[in-house]
Formats: sequence, C-alpha cells, structure tokens
Amino acid sequence: MILDALSAVLVQNGLITAFVFVGVLVWVSYQLSARLTRGYIHGSAIAIALGLVLAWVGGSMTGGSQGLADFSLLAGVGVMGGAMFRDFAIVATAFGADVDALKKAGFVGVASVFIGVVLSFSVGAVVAVAFGYTDPVAISTIGAGAATYIVGPVTGTALGADSDVIALSVAAGLTKSVLVMIGTPLIASRIGLNTPHAALIYGGLMGTTSGVAGGLAATDPKLVPYGAMTATFYTGVGCLLAPSVLFLIVRAVL
Amino acid sequence: MVIYGVALLSFCLLAGVFVGDVLGELIGVRANVGGVGFAMLLLIVLSNLPSQRFKLKPMTEGGIGFWSAMYIPIVVAMAARQNVFAAISSGWMAIIAGVAAVAASFAMIPVLDRIGKGGRSDS
Repeated sequence: MILDALSAVLVQNGLITAFVFVGVLVWVSYQLSARLTRGYIHGSAIAIALGLVLAWVGGSMTGGSQGLADFSLLAGVGVMGGAMFRDFAIVATAFGADVDALKKAGFVGVASVFIGVVLSFSVGAVVAVAFGYTDPVAISTIGAGAATYIVGPVTGTALGADSDVIALSVAAGLTKSVLVMIGTPLIASRIGLNTPHAALIYGGLMGTTSGVAGGLAATDPKLVPYGAMTATFYTGVGCLLAPSVLFLIVRAVL
Repeated sequence: MVIYGVALLSFCLLAGVFVGDVLGELIGVRANVGGVGFAMLLLIVLSNLPSQRFKLKPMTEGGIGFWSAMYIPIVVAMAARQNVFAAISSGWMAIIAGVAAVAASFAMIPVLDRIGKGGRSDS
C-alpha cells in the first residue's frame, strides 16, 4: 500500500520526479568522473552516456520509442528532455554569447550547413548503394536519414518511399545523433573544436540538434550557442534539398 | 523580477519558432527552418539594446541564467529519452550510414575552420 502511494505521488508529479532522477544521475556521473577518471572525462559526458545507456535499457524493456520515459514512473524525463525544454534551454545559453564571433562566421556558417547536408546525404546514399539498393527513392531516403532523423522521413514521405525504408532512414539519423553526443568530447581536441568559430562550423556540419546539444554540453558548454545557432537551420535546409535537388541528382547518376 | 527574464526568454523562443515555421511554409518544406536560431538572435539583440530603459536588472538576468544553467541536466534527460534501442537494433546498414556520416562531418570541421579564418592554411 505504501509502495502504491509512493508510485502514485511520483507518477502524478512526473516532471518533479524527473528533476530528482536527473539530479541523482548527474551527481553519480560527476562522482564517477572525479573518482574513476580524475576529471579526465567530463562529468556531463558521463551523464549523457549513462542517459543513453538507460534509454537503451528502457527501449529494450518496454518496446517503446522514448527510452527511459516509457516507464510510467519516469514519464517526466520525456517532458524534461523533450523539444520544448531543450529549445528553451538552448536559447537561454545564447544570453551572453559573443556577438562578434557570430558576425565573423556568417558566411562560413551558412556554407557549413549546405556542405553538411550534402556531405551526410552523399555518404548515406553511398552506403545504401553499397548495401544493394538500386531504387533512387530508397537511396535518397536513406541518404536524407543520414542527415537527420527528421529529414529522412520527410524526404521519404515526399518521394513515396516504403515504410521500412523510412524506418531505416530514421535509424540512420538516430545513430548519427547518438554518436555525435558520445563522439564529440572524445574527438574535440583533435579536430580543433575549442573556439566559437569552430563550434559554428561543427553545428552546421553535424546538424542534428540533439546530437549537437549533447556533444557540446559534454565538451564545453560555453560553445553551445554557436553550435546550436547553425544546427537549427540544418533540418530545414535538408528538408528543402533532399527531396528535390539531391533526389534529382541521385536519379540522374543511376 | 525573475519572471521578467523568464517571460523575455519565452517570448524569444515563441517568436523565433513562429518565424521558423512561417519560413518553412514559405519555402515549402514541412519543417521548422532556423526557429531556435532566430530566437537566439532575438534574445541577443534584446538583451544588448543600448538604451538604458531596456537594461536588464540582475534579477531579470537570473531568470534567463537559471535556464541556461539547466541546459546540461535537460540534455541529460534528452539523452535518456532517445530511441537508442531502435538505432542499434535496426541493422548494420542504418548504423554504418550514421557512423559514416558522422565521421565524414567530423573530418570536414578542421578544413572549414581553416578556410573561415581567412587563409592561414600554411600552419
């Protein structure tokens, strides 16, 4: 009975439960960072990685699509980590951003978005061809999925792709987003990701808002506004180019 | 007051997302184009207005600063609600496509970073 009452309280106050849960998760991660890695791996990087592992556990146990948030006790994590709060917090990080750095990177920032979309699309399309796909619609949809998991289904729907191909394109985009979150802190110093200028380019090339948000949080939170600024244009540009110009190019090449 | 900062931040987000949606409609894509980016620009412009009348008080700044500080916890929650299971269990092609796209994009960062800085390519 006491357990029922407790779980009722936790479920009814889902968002508050999520604050406690994430607070504990972050605390554990910072302890691990300090004690096991002596601060070598940043606490936020560990927290994000743990979050992803727990999301996998949630998905495999519940069969749902929202990771840990599919447990009714932790539904609040879905609200706290949803697009609304994510975008709200990203915009807040812009407060105090260096306006000069944004101005200086104007052109290369725009260029990085277009280069990023074309690059990811091409790589995804080549992989699809390597796996034996010959239909330009399927190849374009998978290429679009390698851009982001939103560009994939938007392109697939526009071109009339099969639902299993669209599902694959979403999976490619999810893989990208997860890998950007985990990989960015590991590779940041090697690719020179330590200035606002580089972060603007990084956001434009990667494009996945969740990936960029998580990757920069784990690397250097001060870089978040610059990366997020360009990443936010990526999905729109992808939805513009993939079902039109890029699809026509794929069809012409094959 | 703290709420002024929170309200200003919320207004910026709503206005930015609205502009992004309209822009998406105009160019005919079913997606938001740059909404968060516009919201960030709006917040930067409004909080840097030269006029003394718009100078934000420390409490007001606190309303924005709190949400900025909540960024990492929110991102951790975001990580915990990703569909990681679908990403991993849908087969090699999707994984390889995702991994290859990330690798190619990472490799491109130093190249563009050098170009953008104005041809210091000799280093």
